Amino acid sequence: MHFADNVDYPALLGRPIVFLPLLALLFEALRWWNFAATAIGRGLTGLFSLTGLTPAADNVAVAALATVVVGFNLAVVMRLKLRRQVYIVWLELAALILVFFYSFNLSFDFIARKIGFLITQGLVMTLYISLVSIAIASILALIGAMAKLSSNGIALGVANFYTSLFRGIPLLMQIYMIYMGLPQLGYVVGAVPAGIAALSLCYGAYMTEIFRGGIESIPKGQWEAARALGLKPNATLLRIILPQAMRVIIPPTGNQFIAMLKDSSLVSVVGVWELMYLARTQGQSEFRHIEMMITASLIYWLFSILLELLQGRVERYYGRAHAR
Amino acid sequence: MSSVITVAPMPADEQETTTPAVEIRGLHKWYGAFEALGGVDLTVAAGERLVICGPSGSGKSTLIRTINALESFDEGEIRVDGIALTREPGTVEAVRQRVGMVFQQFNLFPHLTVLENCALPLRLVRGLPAPEARERALHYLAKVRIPEQADKFAAQLSGGQQQRVAIARALAMEPDLMLFDEPTSALDPEMVKEVLDAMVQLAAEGMTMVVVTHEMGFARQVADRVIFMDRGKIVEEGPPQTFFTHPREARTRAFLQQVLRVH
Repeated sequence: MHFADNVDYPALLGRPIVFLPLLALLFEALRWWNFAATAIGRGLTGLFSLTGLTPAADNVAVAALATVVVGFNLAVVMRLKLRRQVYIVWLELAALILVFFYSFNLSFDFIARKIGFLITQGLVMTLYISLVSIAIASILALIGAMAKLSSNGIALGVANFYTSLFRGIPLLMQIYMIYMGLPQLGYVVGAVPAGIAALSLCYGAYMTEIFRGGIESIPKGQWEAARALGLKPNATLLRIILPQAMRVIIPPTGNQFIAMLKDSSLVSVVGVWELMYLARTQGQSEFRHIEMMITASLIYWLFSILLELLQGRVERYYGRAHAR
Repeated sequence: MSSVITVAPMPADEQETTTPAVEIRGLHKWYGAFEALGGVDLTVAAGERLVICGPSGSGKSTLIRTINALESFDEGEIRVDGIALTREPGTVEAVRQRVGMVFQQFNLFPHLTVLENCALPLRLVRGLPAPEARERALHYLAKVRIPEQADKFAAQLSGGQQQRVAIARALAMEPDLMLFDEPTSALDPEMVKEVLDAMVQLAAEGMTMVVVTHEMGFARQVADRVIFMDRGKIVEEGPPQTFFTHPREARTRAFLQQVLRVH
């Protein structure tokens, strides 16, 4: 919707030639899948008391019912305002995911017992590692981008080697190398600092390229105007070029932050008690792995959503000069 | 041009006593094998209004961009207010603090408001405290007659307004010399006049100006001297009266026929 045309094309789903075959396809898929035997299917069967006939007839009835529900839902949502459509579709899909999780017959009692520790130890450690790494990676990226754009051969060489090495080796390997390799050089490093170092270096390398691209996207007239006014190089970069480049830098950087939040789980391999590590170990005693995995996943998701919202705010701030 | 402001020619005695604003000797510049500037000699007296014209690719933009070191040069020397321009940061900064520039594409900073465009350089370069920078920025915005747009962003202004802000931004630094690089070439026709009026007013106040332009009406009205460049060399120069009525060189005549037919 960034630059909408002034043509009211008929909604794709509003055309019977699309809508009806789509429903037919859905019905056929549900029947083939034997939907009546799934958790959701059983729920529907119970809800509408459709039982009693043969399993095959049940299957057809449930598939038809589900198809009608989906079709009716689409027909209703299609007639709403855009913003409402987005919210409703989002909530419906989220509800489907939760039903999917619910169908695992989870022990909520077990989750309730463990979630406190998962948050106070696991989530706190995950956030600590992620936030520190994000801060260091941003600084590394800015330095890396400036080095890559400089006319200093040594800086250029170091920066090129840095991005090549840390983008080219798996993050897991980097964590092992720093944790187990540094002691070979006589410096014993803790598991948490090693994890932060690996995450910062790896994401700093990716973000170097993002920052470089953002800075290069600013027309050279901006540099010239700043120079002609007598601004020195640092002031030109920090006060004129970077604030404009932020518009280009923020969206992919938001991606990186979200990816890092989840990649911080790799640090669990060196025994750091962060969210993923606890999710794997806490379930072991009572053999309730899936409870812990789902709980941890939902916590990761929740904090990814928070980062998305934050990204939206920052984007609006740097885009305010372009808002009409 | 229908502006009522008249520009008095500079008194002859003043020309001789003060240091020239710009002195250029034997200036050469090559882009690879292409000779962009082929031995330019040029003196601009303090208070003089100089107009440079010539076909595209003649080196006129390159020439004025060497004066504040936006372009480098390969041979020759440039003095601005007596300061010999080298590649050393000290001399370049000293020169850029004395020279204001207005670009064809305005080059306003789009992330800043109009007021901040003018005030931020004052804080960063002149070290003015924020309230004083703001006050001086407003003063110069009033001078180009758009103080009421101070809190808008550049993209919300018309081209003519943007270029006037660019002029105010350069003037707020209180330079000794103003360079204009085709300031009206990117404007819609109806906006040319408001920008030229601001420049005429500036000339009337005695600002030293070097203007690359195809606006021959402006040259006639304001210039003390007009220079015609072609292929990196100064082909002809003279006061506007003789330059426009009795051009000596065939190339100048051909060029003038072209631009006067259009304008």
